[in-house]
Amino acid sequence: MTETLIWTVVALILIGVYLSWTAGRLDRLHSRIDAARAALDAQLLRRASVTQELATSGVLDPAASIVLYEAAHAARQAEEDHREVAESELSQALRAVFGEPEQVELVREAPGGPEAAEELAAAVRRVPMARRFHNDAVRAARALRRHRKVRWFRLAGHAPFPLAFEMDDEPPVALADRPA
Amino acid sequence: MRIGIVCPYSWDVPGGVQFHIRDLAEHLIRLGHEVSVLAPADEETPLPPYVVSAGRAVPVPYNGSVARLNFGFLSAARVRRWLHDGTFDVVHIHEPASPSLGLLTCWAASGPIVATFHTSNPRSRAMIAAYPILQPALEKISARIAVSEYARRTLVEHLGGDAVLIPNGVDVDFFARAEPKKEWQGETLGFIGRIDEPRKGLPVLMRALPRILTERPGARLLVAGRGDEEEAVASLPPEMRSRVEFLGMVSDEDKARLLRSVDVYVAPNTGGESFGIILVEAMSAGAPVLAANLDAFAQVLDQGGAGELFANEDADALAGAAIRLLGDETRRAELSARGSSHVRRFDWSTVGADILAVYETVTDGAAAVDTDERVGGLRARLGL
Repeated sequence: MTETLIWTVVALILIGVYLSWTAGRLDRLHSRIDAARAALDAQLLRRASVTQELATSGVLDPAASIVLYEAAHAARQAEEDHREVAESELSQALRAVFGEPEQVELVREAPGGPEAAEELAAAVRRVPMARRFHNDAVRAARALRRHRKVRWFRLAGHAPFPLAFEMDDEPPVALADRPA
Repeated sequence: MRIGIVCPYSWDVPGGVQFHIRDLAEHLIRLGHEVSVLAPADEETPLPPYVVSAGRAVPVPYNGSVARLNFGFLSAARVRRWLHDGTFDVVHIHEPASPSLGLLTCWAASGPIVATFHTSNPRSRAMIAAYPILQPALEKISARIAVSEYARRTLVEHLGGDAVLIPNGVDVDFFARAEPKKEWQGETLGFIGRIDEPRKGLPVLMRALPRILTERPGARLLVAGRGDEEEAVASLPPEMRSRVEFLGMVSDEDKARLLRSVDVYVAPNTGGESFGIILVEAMSAGAPVLAANLDAFAQVLDQGGAGELFANEDADALAGAAIRLLGDETRRAELSARGSSHVRRFDWSTVGADILAVYETVTDGAAAVDTDERVGGLRARLGL
């Protein structure tokens, strides 16, 4: 009788430790998502700012400037639920303007142009990077949260179900000369 | 930035991953970053100042060949001490899914972790069985890098999730500036790699060789790499054996000079390659490349645009292509020029900038790396 009791207690403790460890895993995943989302926000904002600077610098022709300014402005001002669309539109605008290597050359020739082109190139390359890291964290958290033990014991608490950030982040070819 | 890099394989044994880590560490140090590399190494091996030994590695059969790995209680303790002493801004783990230091570090660390996946291998039963063990450790990785599209596909299929693609780096100018050597020039084919490792493909080349040497009476083959030389030429007719020259293990300088000298570099590898750094080195040196059409090689060679491909393990196709190339100087010059311009994207200046961009993305606003107290903390809570 006592023996059964001891074994039950041991089993309960082990289950408790396992659940606490799983909750810890989940907690770590949630903070990873938060960090990744902050990094993604920073990169998106950086891209929009550099684009806006270029658009108002007078280096580009007026039509291209207006297209870029509009898209960058919309991306910065977008509400949360419209953000993915606005950022995708900025990607498309950048691709439309910097589709040709000559356009990038034109920017480079202007005073202060090489730095601006370099900053923009860095920004358009880092957005897909940050987004991939974010969505990777989201996927890992979702996989764990779908598990029975997490649902039955409500280990996720009140944390909202994580959502991936879906957008078109294809950089302009002329700015991202890297192996695909 | 304070950067900790973890090398899973023994520092004493030359290998692609080890060279990549050495070059990356030296590139980052040149840029002014503080770098510490944790690697398995024998006690007596002389180590560069930036390498910290994690103790002797144990030879274990793994992933189709014998790998020297670190595991066990002592290694885990050394990893924790290294993490604790280093106070790194970011830890960069190589091959986190191999049962060695990488996995141990993943387990022990908390904070920004970047991981590079080098291997590509078909889905194995062991991987499926190990999935629940690996997953909690791999979840801690904030950013994953794959060295090729092929390695990335392996990662997605085996472990889920995604990775950014950053190829292995090469110091292009080191190879481009090497001085060609007279005695290695004049209708020469080059091969670099372990002679006794069948996956490096020397047997395929040996099967193709009689036809090549018959059709091109002036041609020679230069082989650099360790292994049994007698055994390697055993399949050749005796009168042809003198036209295969073995150079043994060569230094980095001689490797560059060899690649600068040969008329065609042949890579007959039959599998197990996820990137093919040697092809990049050959292209850097301006050598026309003839390679097996492995997925990884095809990608490095721009699907045949920057080098010629032949059907894997097909000695006849290899012989045909080699004879054609040796007799066509215009085509060789064209391949050499295309290779040299294609290879710029693999230069450390480009690759290093991309890797730093990854570091900056994950460290933005994050705390420094520390030992994960949840592992040790639980032990402390239970009073052990």
